[in-house]
Amino acid sequence: MSSVSAVPAIRCANLFKTYSGKPPVEAVRGISFEVRQGECFGVLGPNGAGKTTTIEILEGLRDATSGTAEVLGMQWGSDDAAIRQRIGVSLQETRLSDRLTVGEIVTLFRSFYTTGIDPDEVLQRTSLTEKKSAWFKTLSGGQKQRLAVATALVGDPDLIFLDEPTTGLDPGSRRELWDIVRSFGAAGKTVLLTTHYMEEAEQLCDRVAIFDAGKIISEGSPRELIRSLGSEHVIEFSTDRRLEPQHVVALQAISSVDRIETEDSGYRMSIGVPHVVLPELIKQLTDNNFTLTELATRSASLEDVFVAKTGRHLNDHPPVVADAANVLPG
Amino acid sequence: MHPVYNISLTRLKEFIRRPEAVFWVYFFPILMVLVLGIAFRNQTQEVFSVDVIEGPHSQMLKQHLDESLQIDATIISLEESRKRLRVGKTTLAISAADATDGRSIEYLLDPKRPGAIEARGIVDDQLQSSMGRNDVFTARQTEFDEPGGTFVDFLVPGLLGIGLMGGGMWGVGFAIVDMRIRKLLKRYMATPMRRSDFLISMILSRLVFMVPQVLLLIVVSYFVFDYRVYGNLLAVGVLVSLGALEFAAIGLVVGARARTLETASGLMNLVMLPMWTLCGAFFSYERFPEMFHPLIKLLPLTPIIDSLRGVMMEGESLFSQWPEIAVMAAWTVIPFVVAMTIFRWRD
Repeated sequence: MSSVSAVPAIRCANLFKTYSGKPPVEAVRGISFEVRQGECFGVLGPNGAGKTTTIEILEGLRDATSGTAEVLGMQWGSDDAAIRQRIGVSLQETRLSDRLTVGEIVTLFRSFYTTGIDPDEVLQRTSLTEKKSAWFKTLSGGQKQRLAVATALVGDPDLIFLDEPTTGLDPGSRRELWDIVRSFGAAGKTVLLTTHYMEEAEQLCDRVAIFDAGKIISEGSPRELIRSLGSEHVIEFSTDRRLEPQHVVALQAISSVDRIETEDSGYRMSIGVPHVVLPELIKQLTDNNFTLTELATRSASLEDVFVAKTGRHLNDHPPVVADAANVLPG
Repeated sequence: MHPVYNISLTRLKEFIRRPEAVFWVYFFPILMVLVLGIAFRNQTQEVFSVDVIEGPHSQMLKQHLDESLQIDATIISLEESRKRLRVGKTTLAISAADATDGRSIEYLLDPKRPGAIEARGIVDDQLQSSMGRNDVFTARQTEFDEPGGTFVDFLVPGLLGIGLMGGGMWGVGFAIVDMRIRKLLKRYMATPMRRSDFLISMILSRLVFMVPQVLLLIVVSYFVFDYRVYGNLLAVGVLVSLGALEFAAIGLVVGARARTLETASGLMNLVMLPMWTLCGAFFSYERFPEMFHPLIKLLPLTPIIDSLRGVMMEGESLFSQWPEIAVMAAWTVIPFVVAMTIFRWRD
């Protein structure tokens, strides 16, 4: 096929999903995006943003209430068997059989696909060779998660879906998993992953879509999104007592300061050039007899993009359903 | 290797790696046959305990009764004897009216109590002949001692049926709900695994589990109780397979929708508990009023036990069991179709 690379790995348009109940829950409210072949695409957002519902529609595990979902140029509903041969899936939470060994589980999954990779090779790629004859229930959290990815890889898919692959893992295990995802992507394969760790998306993803309350609020490469904030640096500080409103206004007037947000523990300034702002900030605080108790500068992150768009932090508790509409931008 | 082979093989491995499951499925029925077989073994001759009510003739009556090996007579007050009758310590009390010379006997018994009528007959016989009755003919008794009619012969087919039922409920129904709760079923649905391959494997692995289940019970009964299968072993194999299929299909229905272990165990108990008592596994359902028999015969457990008894105890042919086989076939096909229609695959 000559036009393979022209076909997007994933294309979905106007996806809606409403779970019946009292009251009905509108989990996904008009999601459209495309993932190019060979891309690592991240779906980001807080809990309850509709990430898992969307990815499960794309995995063929849920039916959308309306909208279209196309995977590798094929339609769910008519080409299901063919799609399943070419995708690999790791669900958010699967407890594989406790009393089967790692090797037996991968061999079992291999038998479901007409073509695939040798189980031993998959175990090697996911650093599980030593655990081949260990029961699933004896594995650590990181090993279980790598095994889940191994079951996704064993059918030699063109596209893998990873739903929150590193949630609950320690930093070391998280990095090991990132390496597996990177090497899969390096072979020209496509990855769609969901996460609520912004750092993970920045590390792994070519492009991301930020979800909130069932809609996409931003989409683009992590760099583009951060740049779109207009200010690429953040200063966070706290003082011995709260600033008065006139002090905040004065700080806002410093050149290259984009905005100041008040947080529980202090203040967050979105700025362009740290070395211009910092001396002026310290001067103003000293002049007004404030003592700095904390001061940190860092590059802006996707977290800041989310905060700028929603006024909330990513790992805050999800808004109550009734409030969801109020916090949406625009 | 084909997915059916792999799924079935992993089911078997998971099963044997779970010692408590192996115990309940394989060793519990053996324990049952040992305990019940010993408790209800055929005793060579039962000795009846008989109360002789205190009175002028009681000594004479006791002497007559003591001549029989089957009677254990005790002289006791009326009041005390009534108490013993009530709690079942004795089955029969006798007294002779004072005015007569001991030739007017009264029996005191509860005819509904097992053994009471038999005790009355033996006591009556003993007293009549001992006190001078002339028998009109002589009788000789030849003891019939062929194996085949003991309680164990009755019990083994019942326990096989119970085992097949439990195997289908636990091995198919419960196992599927467990996979659903673990989201393993959903995970499988994201692969090209065919649903039919999955269901065939669940049923196939049940058929394999069943073989040691059946053999162990029969072999242990053979060594401990000298148990014999009278009928054709092939016919037994066919019936047992049909029973396993039947309860695998019912297990599919039980596991088709449940999302919690509580729902699953509730459904399993709903299926199993009534049939444990109703279907004649431990005692014949003939003891229930006749009007209920047609209904009892339509329950899934009754035909497998009845037909196994027919073949194993009475040596009947497989063909003669066709009404039972028809009921089992219905209990296989209908639940399977129902399970297919209502099965919750993805969540």
